[in-house]
Amino acid sequence: MNRLQRAFSLANAQHRPARVLFMPCGFPSPEASEAVMNTLIEEGADILELGVPFSDPIADGAVIQAASQQALKAGASLRKTLTLAANLRAKHPNTGLILFSYYNPLMAYGFKTLCQDVANAGIDGLLVVDVPYEEQNEIRPTIEAAGLSWIPLVSPATTLTRAQRLIQGCNGFVYVITVRGITGERKTLPPELTDRLDALRAITPLPLAAGFGISDYATAQHIGQHAQGIVVGSAAVHALQSGGLDGLRQFMRALCGKA
Amino acid sequence: MSTHYGIYGGQYVPETLMPTLAEIDAAFRDALQDPAFLLAYQNLMHDYVGRESPLYLAKRLTAALGGAQIYLKREDLNHTGAHKINNVIGQVLLAKRMGKTRLIAETGAGMHGVATATAAALFGLPCEVYMGALDVQRQAPNVDRMQALGATVIAVKSGSQTLKDAMNEAIRDWAATAEHTFYVIGTVAGPAPYPEMVREFQSIIGREARKQCLDKTGRLPDEVIACVGGGSNAMGIFAGFLDDTNVRLTGVEAGGCGIASGKHAASINGGSVGVLHGCKTKLLQTSDGQVIEAYSASAGLDYPGVGPEHCFLADLGRVRYAVCNDEAAIHAFDTLCRYEGIIPALESSHALAEAIRIAPTLPHEAILIVNLSGRGDKDMGNVASWKIAHPAYHYEGIRK
Repeated sequence: MNRLQRAFSLANAQHRPARVLFMPCGFPSPEASEAVMNTLIEEGADILELGVPFSDPIADGAVIQAASQQALKAGASLRKTLTLAANLRAKHPNTGLILFSYYNPLMAYGFKTLCQDVANAGIDGLLVVDVPYEEQNEIRPTIEAAGLSWIPLVSPATTLTRAQRLIQGCNGFVYVITVRGITGERKTLPPELTDRLDALRAITPLPLAAGFGISDYATAQHIGQHAQGIVVGSAAVHALQSGGLDGLRQFMRALCGKA
Repeated sequence: MSTHYGIYGGQYVPETLMPTLAEIDAAFRDALQDPAFLLAYQNLMHDYVGRESPLYLAKRLTAALGGAQIYLKREDLNHTGAHKINNVIGQVLLAKRMGKTRLIAETGAGMHGVATATAAALFGLPCEVYMGALDVQRQAPNVDRMQALGATVIAVKSGSQTLKDAMNEAIRDWAATAEHTFYVIGTVAGPAPYPEMVREFQSIIGREARKQCLDKTGRLPDEVIACVGGGSNAMGIFAGFLDDTNVRLTGVEAGGCGIASGKHAASINGGSVGVLHGCKTKLLQTSDGQVIEAYSASAGLDYPGVGPEHCFLADLGRVRYAVCNDEAAIHAFDTLCRYEGIIPALESSHALAEAIRIAPTLPHEAILIVNLSGRGDKDMGNVASWKIAHPAYHYEGIRK
């Protein structure tokens, strides 16, 4: 069992979904980023999705767009993200780390070198938002050759047959997008979501992490009955934006049901 | 189906959009096999758009330059004033056929937005056009036109607030609404099958131009010249001549203040390979892979990427991609106004500038076709402000 899968088992043994937290790296600034990530981990994140800021994030809503832009303005870069990851890994040996990115910044780095550097930084897997199944042969073999997990995305538009193809050969977890559209907090999730998660569980032994629109403890617990993990992004970014590290800490405590 | 042009093209979009692309691809291929669809398209091109557009010999300009004969493919005479409508009518017919009930589009200068708003009115579909907040200010007359046609214009305030951000926002809308919404992309970029689809609906320009040239002159042209931003008018006219290996094809990118200045929109000449808006292509970007804002006096060429097939044709050497700076484009604009009584779009003026540059070096028997992709009424303000910002510029006729 690899570190990612172990993170899910440990959380599930405590009768809760694994908490996967997304945060853009270098936000609010490259200097402040490590303290943000440490706070997320200390306050209950089992896995971090380290977001690589990109100028044109087509899958992201307003909150993450703004945070990515601010990070870029403050001097964020992929190199700094890898240094940040290495520091986090040294401090937190059990936390799962995913590099979460659009393809272009990764391509500009040089993909083969990147995968080596990502592995050396102690990152466990890569999720490349805009490289779907049809284009994955371009990068997935390189990722896996470096010993990294390829994290597939399954959306509400994905048929189960297609989902099976997407998941084939993966060894990390499956990111299940809860709603059609982009990242961001939502008041309600579609009623068919739980059936959908159950159906996906029936076709794969890999842990499912459900994301987009999940931001509180009650929803997390509810979804946790149908998925092994939940992904939280925009709500955490928003908490940090409006309340600083204290705000983020409070948000995490509420998410963990401690508030 | 092939989604790539060499290493370029592809479908680099989030998983949520992949089933939508498959649905559009199937519908597009099915439509091309359906005589009723093709007839509906042809009838609208003839009766509504006003095709075919003339191939016009610019005699005074030719005489003044003293070299090759310059023919203009008059896309500026189309309904809505540019080539954009050819593609939009095709895509909206397809949207109707697919049962989609809402249209969205991105627009930079506003011409594609106006064309989409026009087709939306024609077919009775609601239409929302995403436009960068800066462009909304710079292109106010086109905003008025879109609104008059019943479309909603959404000012995009994210990122650099221009065309690329408008396209980002349109893609975000589409990811949430694709079940009932059709995204009308304005150029030969985006994920497959869009580059192929837009080229197909624009190829009417090249088919007409080839036949008209043969009818008028008894032979094929020596060279076909078109401006390239995203590159739809260029792909459209080149499509008619790609197999005629003796016909030179030239795309003209916007050099802005010059490639060395960094203020330009020449993705092929001054960019590097990357992925933006669903396709792999040449991009203006930093060494970190962040996309840089393009610059050109011509808003319609102001895009940091370019259609993937253009990159492929450049690598093959089939098409030469030249660069024309703002000043040469303005000079070509003034020249066509005064020698032919035609006010060209600033975009098309880039192609004209290249023709003006090379015509004197060629014999009179040589034939150049310039794709006059749009009319310039929309650019009067842009030309005036450029001249105010560059007081050293004076139009003194054709420079020899």
